[in-house]
Amino acid sequence: MAKTWVFVEETEEGPATVGLELLTKARGFGGELAAVFLGNGSEENLAALGAHGASKVFHMTPSDALPTAAAAAALADLAGSHSPDLILFGLTYTGRDVAGRLSARIGKTILSNATDIAMEGGMVTVTNEILGGMTLVDAIFENDPPYLVIARPKSFPAEPSGGGAPEIETVSLPDVGHAGSAIVTASHTEHLEGPKLEDAAIVVAAGRGIGTEEGFAVIEELASKLGAATAATRAIVDAGWVAYSKQVGQTGKTVKPDVYIAAGVSGAMQHLVGMKDSKVIIAINKDEEAPIFGVSDLGVVGDLHKVLPKLIEALGNR
Amino acid sequence: MRVAVCVKQIPDPASPYDLDPDTHFVVRPTDQVLDDTDRYGVEMGLQLAEQTEGTVTLVSMGPSGNLQGIRQALAMGADKAVIIDDGTLQGSDSLATAGILAAAIQREGFDLVIAGTESTDGYAGILPQQLAEFLGVPALTFAKKVSVEGDTVRIERQTQTGYDEVEAPVPALVSVTAGVVEPRYPTFKGIMQAKSKPVETLTAGDLGVEVTTKQKIIAIRPAPERASGELIEDDGEAHLKIVALLEQAKVI
Ligand SMILES: Cc1cc2nc3c(=O)[nH]c(=O)nc-3n(C[C@H](O)[C@H](O)[C@H](O)COP(=O)(O)OP(=O)(O)OC[C@H]3O[C@@H](n4cnc5c(N)ncnc54)[C@H](O)[C@@H]3O)c2cc1C
Ligand SMILES: Nc1ncnc2c1ncn2[C@@H]1O[C@H](COP(=O)(O)O)[C@@H](O)[C@H]1O
Repeated sequence: MAKTWVFVEETEEGPATVGLELLTKARGFGGELAAVFLGNGSEENLAALGAHGASKVFHMTPSDALPTAAAAAALADLAGSHSPDLILFGLTYTGRDVAGRLSARIGKTILSNATDIAMEGGMVTVTNEILGGMTLVDAIFENDPPYLVIARPKSFPAEPSGGGAPEIETVSLPDVGHAGSAIVTASHTEHLEGPKLEDAAIVVAAGRGIGTEEGFAVIEELASKLGAATAATRAIVDAGWVAYSKQVGQTGKTVKPDVYIAAGVSGAMQHLVGMKDSKVIIAINKDEEAPIFGVSDLGVVGDLHKVLPKLIEALGNR
Repeated sequence: MRVAVCVKQIPDPASPYDLDPDTHFVVRPTDQVLDDTDRYGVEMGLQLAEQTEGTVTLVSMGPSGNLQGIRQALAMGADKAVIIDDGTLQGSDSLATAGILAAAIQREGFDLVIAGTESTDGYAGILPQQLAEFLGVPALTFAKKVSVEGDTVRIERQTQTGYDEVEAPVPALVSVTAGVVEPRYPTFKGIMQAKSKPVETLTAGDLGVEVTTKQKIIAIRPAPERASGELIEDDGEAHLKIVALLEQAKVI
């Protein structure tokens, strides 16, 4: 019987969504399912973990230290005494930090960037996407369990199963000495208007084709007409035109909206992995050879500065 | 401050790469470039070393080829390079690579280790954390800004909704995001000087490390294709097509 653990950290909205997605996926493996939760152990948070299938929660409360080194050490000890077969992490900053340190601590390899995980008779196969999602790679572990996997957000749906309140085991974070000496001295939240990028039904994304920082205004105007979230390629995030939290792609967010409108986006592999599973993709690009057209349901070869203002006007008249 | 920067040489991303059909490893040409994401780490290392009258040592594992990528980083201003290259390391996973790099960095001595957040070709994105654990130092990860004051390293650490200010005493490891600094271009003088800078090549055996990779690719297959749809030239009326599709998708 498989024993699966899912590492879940707290975010502003409760347990990280990718953690709930992984719990949902892991329910399908049968056997025992537990969450390792790093955050505030409020009734609400713990109930959400239970509702998504965790019958047990190992609960860690962070201090003002960056919790990752201590959390990895605690997890290593727990894994030593409970022998889980599989530990799943979401591809988040904290998830990557804890998984990486745990891996080195217990000498187990990690399969990262997973978009699918299959478990058959104790055999775990992990799939990831390369070349902008055009090619799938299946890999297996050659060490003994626990098998460590980091999965990309939105690879699986998050669905509650109606599970009840989980059994809670409080785990204290050990003192790991110098390795644990990073302290968080301040937190800054960027205030973003409109719907949250990860949850929005419509996303309007801009690339370098907007030309200038001011060019983003037309993207915002269209988004506000549609009740959409705005997004960006790394090119314009690196240029400082748009906040990093709007970046979609390999090193940014993964989104799967009903409609993704890409304006002045070339469609580099690293961008495509973050959005190619959107239901409907509409692209506007001057270059008819742009790779983004390869994944678009509707491609418009044209100047976004001509097409978008007309689109905004047409929507306004409705 | 002694800064060690982890850099990786990769096949030029602009040219298509091949996977060996038997081993599934990337076929590495002799001409390899410096991973673009590592240019940020090199630049950051150089700035911090300049500020503290320190040194920058490049550490790289992998087939060295003609060292074109390493020379690029030396030409930017790094002082020396240590390369771990032997036949047994091909196809190493992040954990094995981190073990090797840790041994090489420990042998050199360091105050600060800098790595990229993820490489362009492998993008497992976990090596810096594994390396920090092996070295027993704090990992200041996903830095979009880095500064050093005395023995304290401070960063702005990217978060899902903004950033945190994080600090730790050295020795420490920092992983830097692209865009953290503007990488300099090598000058002619830098390129000439790079030719005579020390480049040391070691094997895993020299470091007393045994490497075993514990993951294996079993299949490579095409993803189910997304049928691409209609492509139209904007004749001044293209926005109407977009409106129609938005209606069809029932979002307006
Ligand atoms: C390790 C790594 C990770 C990366 N991660 C990401 C990531 O997470 N997300 C990401 O987006 N990128 C990522 N990238 C970068 C990626 O490779 C591309 O460089 C980037 O996506 C390109 O952005 P772009 O499409 O805005 O710019 P460009 O590629 O420059 O494309 C601009 C497009 O705009 C079009 N255009 C110009 N003017 C107009 C106009 N007036 N009207 C219409 N179209 C116009 C052009 O034809 C062109 O196709 C990563 C790269 C690396 C190496
Ligand atoms: N073979 C290597 N040699 C030196 N540094 C490496 C190597 N592989 C990865 N790195 C460093 O680790 C970072 C993350 O790489 P990865 O885990 O492959 O995504 C890179 O940006 C490099 O700084």
